[in-house]
Amino acid sequence: MGERVAAFCSWLELTPLSRQLQTVEWVIPAIQTVHILAIAAVMGSMLFFNLRLLGLSGTELPLDRVSRRFVPVILSAVVLLLATGVLMIAAEPARSLLNPVFQLKMALLLCALIVLWATARPLRHRPDYWSETRARGRVVRALASVSVGLWVAIVFAGRWIAYVRIH
Amino acid sequence: MSVLEWLYTTGWAAAIRENEFAFPWIECVHVLAITLVVGSISIVDLRLLGLASRDRPVQRVLRDVLPATWTAFAVAATSGFLLFSSNAPAYARNPFLLVKFGLLLLAGVNMGLFHWWAHRSLKSWEASPLPPWRAKLAGGVSLLCWIGVVTAGRWIGFTMLSSP
Repeated sequence: MGERVAAFCSWLELTPLSRQLQTVEWVIPAIQTVHILAIAAVMGSMLFFNLRLLGLSGTELPLDRVSRRFVPVILSAVVLLLATGVLMIAAEPARSLLNPVFQLKMALLLCALIVLWATARPLRHRPDYWSETRARGRVVRALASVSVGLWVAIVFAGRWIAYVRIH
Repeated sequence: MSVLEWLYTTGWAAAIRENEFAFPWIECVHVLAITLVVGSISIVDLRLLGLASRDRPVQRVLRDVLPATWTAFAVAATSGFLLFSSNAPAYARNPFLLVKFGLLLLAGVNMGLFHWWAHRSLKSWEASPLPPWRAKLAGGVSLLCWIGVVTAGRWIGFTMLSSP
């Protein structure tokens, strides 16, 4: 498995797209800047969605409206993050694909998206779903706290990719 | 000895240089705080531009969002200061740092002017989905300033040898 990924990295590094990305000096920081701005959109949106789920902010608004305001922003930003992420991988494949921190980040991202889906999905047909029983109230507060923790961990892992050197 | 040299010789600056985990961890906190500053202030900016949260009074959005923005800003400023002091003379020579501080100053002046103006007029328009042009201008300038701050910040990291 590891050898196959390494072989894929060696192949990807030699493609014209990768070479182009490596040679134009400002391209990488520009892609990283768009990536960070998209993370900012995710972090602001997920924070206020989760604070509403925790009952700490925007409590005068119905939950489904807060969900409709922020969840589409998170999903669009994640698409932009994947696109800019793919470009960064294309530029330096081994830096990420062979990096355990990158693999951890992708696992955390998957968990964060599953938690987001689990919290937002029931609201589409039943706006009061999470307040119908006290048990659900506890579940949604737990999910919201886990969500905040996961996104913070994703940001930390993202920065650590640059520091864990792959030889 | 200049202030920059003094910062470089402080105990905490030396500790950040000598411990291989200190710099990346402080940078993690700095990036996290900046994404929260920009992610939260843009909710206000988009409301002022009349592009999002149009059904909420502006005052509500401000009260909801700004405490988070200010908390995150305090963390970003503190962590940024620590990163700066670890290599103060070199950072001070980085042109992108000057650009970043200039944009931060502009964002601050823009915010000050907006609050000074809105202080009296806010009640008359805060419920309207499309705020008056002064509010839209303030929202647009703020959004552009923060995009610029993130861009300049990334370029500082990219042009300094100490941080990849």
